[in-house]
Amino acid sequence: MSWWHRLLRRKKMEEQLEKELKFHLERHEADLISSGVHPDEARRRARLTLGGPEQVKEECRDARGTRWLEDAWQDFRYALRTLRQKPGFAAVALLTLALGIGSTTGMFTLVNGVLLEPLPYPEPSSLVVVHGQSSEWNAELFGQQNVAYQDFLDAQRSARSLDMAAALFNGGTLSEPGEPEYVDFREISPDLFLVLRVPLSQGRAFTPEEDKIGGAPVTILGYSFWLRHFGGAPDALGSSLRLDGKRYSIVGVAKEGFRLFGQEADLYIPVGQNPARFLHNRAAHPMHVVARLRPGVTLSQAQAELSLIGRQLAEAYKDTNAGRTFLVQPFRPDVGDVRPILWLLLGAVGLVLLIACANVASLLLARAVSRERELAMRVALGATRSRLVRQCLTESAVLGLSGGVLGVLLASLGIRPFIAFWPGALPRAEEVQLDWHVLLFAAGVSILSGLLFGLAPALRAPFKNLEQTLRAGMRSIAGGSRRLHSVFVVSEIALAIILLVAAGMLGRTLLHLSSLDPGLDIHNVLVTRMALSPSALADPAKTRAAWKDILDRARHIPGVQSVANVDTFPMREGDNEQAYSTTPDQVPVNKLPFALMTCASADYLKVMGILLRRGRFFDDHDDPKSTQVIVIDEVLAQNAFGSQDPIGKRLWIPEMGYSSNAFEIVGVVGHVRHWGFAADDQAKVRAQIYYPFSQLPDSFLRRWSELMSLAVRTEIPPLSLVAPMRSELKGASNDQVLYEVHTMEQLASDSLAQQRFLLLLFGIFAALALLLACIGIYGVLAYLTGQRVQEMGVRIALGARPADVMWLVLRQSLGMIFLGVILGGAAALACGRILQRLVQGMQPSTASAFATMIPLLVFAALIASFLPARRASRIDPVIALRQE
Amino acid sequence: MNPKTDLPQGTLDLLILKIAALGPAHGYAIAQRLEQVSQHVVQVPQGSLYPALHRLENRGLLAADWKESETGREAKFYRLTRKGRAQLETEAASWERLTQAVGLILSLSGGAE
Repeated sequence: MSWWHRLLRRKKMEEQLEKELKFHLERHEADLISSGVHPDEARRRARLTLGGPEQVKEECRDARGTRWLEDAWQDFRYALRTLRQKPGFAAVALLTLALGIGSTTGMFTLVNGVLLEPLPYPEPSSLVVVHGQSSEWNAELFGQQNVAYQDFLDAQRSARSLDMAAALFNGGTLSEPGEPEYVDFREISPDLFLVLRVPLSQGRAFTPEEDKIGGAPVTILGYSFWLRHFGGAPDALGSSLRLDGKRYSIVGVAKEGFRLFGQEADLYIPVGQNPARFLHNRAAHPMHVVARLRPGVTLSQAQAELSLIGRQLAEAYKDTNAGRTFLVQPFRPDVGDVRPILWLLLGAVGLVLLIACANVASLLLARAVSRERELAMRVALGATRSRLVRQCLTESAVLGLSGGVLGVLLASLGIRPFIAFWPGALPRAEEVQLDWHVLLFAAGVSILSGLLFGLAPALRAPFKNLEQTLRAGMRSIAGGSRRLHSVFVVSEIALAIILLVAAGMLGRTLLHLSSLDPGLDIHNVLVTRMALSPSALADPAKTRAAWKDILDRARHIPGVQSVANVDTFPMREGDNEQAYSTTPDQVPVNKLPFALMTCASADYLKVMGILLRRGRFFDDHDDPKSTQVIVIDEVLAQNAFGSQDPIGKRLWIPEMGYSSNAFEIVGVVGHVRHWGFAADDQAKVRAQIYYPFSQLPDSFLRRWSELMSLAVRTEIPPLSLVAPMRSELKGASNDQVLYEVHTMEQLASDSLAQQRFLLLLFGIFAALALLLACIGIYGVLAYLTGQRVQEMGVRIALGARPADVMWLVLRQSLGMIFLGVILGGAAALACGRILQRLVQGMQPSTASAFATMIPLLVFAALIASFLPARRASRIDPVIALRQE
Repeated sequence: MNPKTDLPQGTLDLLILKIAALGPAHGYAIAQRLEQVSQHVVQVPQGSLYPALHRLENRGLLAADWKESETGREAKFYRLTRKGRAQLETEAASWERLTQAVGLILSLSGGAE
């Protein structure tokens, strides 16, 4: 019989015990009678030999091994009763705990979903990613390199340790069905879904025949795309769509919510059909490669095999593959820079939870002191120390767990609004949910906090001076607990200081960052990506003409002041970085400095309001036949030429891919905060080079046209121009689209969104901490002065003035505040370092944060202590003394 | 009647197991047999008999069934489990060794005086 079984059948076991003992007594009695003893004497003797029946029963119950549980149940009911007796105390404690545990649980839910959960594919542990690795590649600067398509094919064919699949990120214009629209698609190897073990929701995957040049054009729809464009109708299979002028028949629909590298694509097409040159060039590395280890194969075995294949390829294709190999890494979700932020926030709510615990602990302690007599009585009646400690702990565990239940409720309600409120898109937000990990965490946190705030009151259960406690009556002595109380208040203040100073530092940082000069005029600028008509991309002359037409048309739309096309612009993702040199010598690229490359048309400077420091920007005379020109920013000018005048000097850009790598500098412009307000100062690549769109070689035009955006300076609110621009620029065959429309103001503001978001959260946490600390101080002082009413009465009766009494109380609280500020200040200094490491653009100037936040806290704390102090000063000595 | 000695610590369990090994018995029968076989030399505290029985049952050394007793009333009969038999053997053996050793020491002649 297991212990829970025994517990459940407790009643039956009691009956059986009773029956067993009764049987024993009766048999003994009968035996004694038959040996001639008088029945009354027989009964007496039988009972005497067995011993007191209740005592025997009690010992038998102990022997059952379920005793602790029965006690726990008893303690539990007792705890509920005592909590019900003091609904005010219970409500405050529960609310405090619910807030603390709820916010911690909520934040952990995010951490769990975003950082801890494995990838949402079956058996994620056997999935790996394969990167390209080369001695010339600066992985620290650019991240891991992808793989050349032909290298992928060779490796896929010969690898025995893993099954590989590849995907190429691409985008294009969908012209049928419906209005023309930009779609995000992936060109994939046909076995991608197989390798990931994600079934399609409908239809079939691509066949190897379809993965060849000239294969039948087929496509698989993303689930959301299918819902959006086909209303989720099953007859989408077999119908067709037109992508970049080519008709594809639909053969399948991906699974709902299927994402690859964190994104849900609109369409999938077989990569093998793409005749593009870069897919046959081993020097271009566009493919993202995932692979599944075959059963029993370890990561290092797979790495060893791929290294070997890499060496063979390097032998066979010396020009392109020398020094190049493959790197196999575990497939982990890419969550960007969210990781430190999430841990930071979890730490911050952890502090709030600690404050909540300290608060509840001091409340409990106050109650425990007033229950001293009750506990002493129980000890006198034979309760053991461990039994009393257990009972006190049960009470706090009940409090903790009920707080936890409320907290989980709070977290489950709050988590979605919070994610919606997250600046930008929280990666893997769709995987954030309250699962059993979170529940386990919440239960752990609740029990732990229950222990944390319950232990101190429990351990001070009275054992020494039992008699004294009983005799002292209501006049219990608060001396011993005063120090414990102070510990809680001091730690609350210290924790609150940490959060307040952190909030203060974030506030300072935000102020500082917003006051920086972005290097451009962000007002009244509209930026939008622009997809040319596929027919215009066929031939370079047509492409140039199409862009000229677009710029001309856009310039004449009412409200447009100037317009330019540009490939990358500030404060938006996506950039192009190239190594540059001031000499024509051959230097390995990874030894050279890098600059941000921006390809723009003549009016770009005017549109963005960037200052021209020297020389000129581009004009119509810069064409493919004239001297190749560039314009540099002041950072590059300073880095490369110091105090010399850079105009007329030349830069060599070895990997530019133009027929000549030499470029003449014709102008110097102001530095633009390309990486946003916060990140630019620490960015690895800051120098900037502009090169004219009009000088792009023919071979670049197609690819660059796919990357181009329009930048427009407007005389009217920029967003009001979107509709007229759309209709004016849609092209003769109605297949040119604008997408990803922003204003520069939005982008600039988004670049500070993280800091603003953190400031807001820390502000809330700090305010909460301040409030809790004040409640704590108030509660503790009110309680301590309550304990000293008679003492105060005596003092007043002996001639103390109200001010003296007030000072007596305030002095006590000042001592605690002072100690708390010192400890908290030291901790805040350390936390400031962490913030500085984790938050971009964080200002180290902590002094002002300390200077504003500490007085704020001291002021609030003094107000909280003023009320009990005033009450103490108004004690009527007659009443106070009569209470005795 | 000889003056009764107290049962050495921990031997009650051993004795109970030994008696149960002779066949299923209820608590009263065990108490009586204990008294009989110890020839009234050892004082068996009846009050601790039942807690000991329950403890042994809880540890799985004894199993219990409710059966009709010799007087026709239902009683709780304890019997030795396989685990209990193994325990009995090891404990009996170690008891044997202990008493031998103690006997040996006590039979040493002279010495320290």
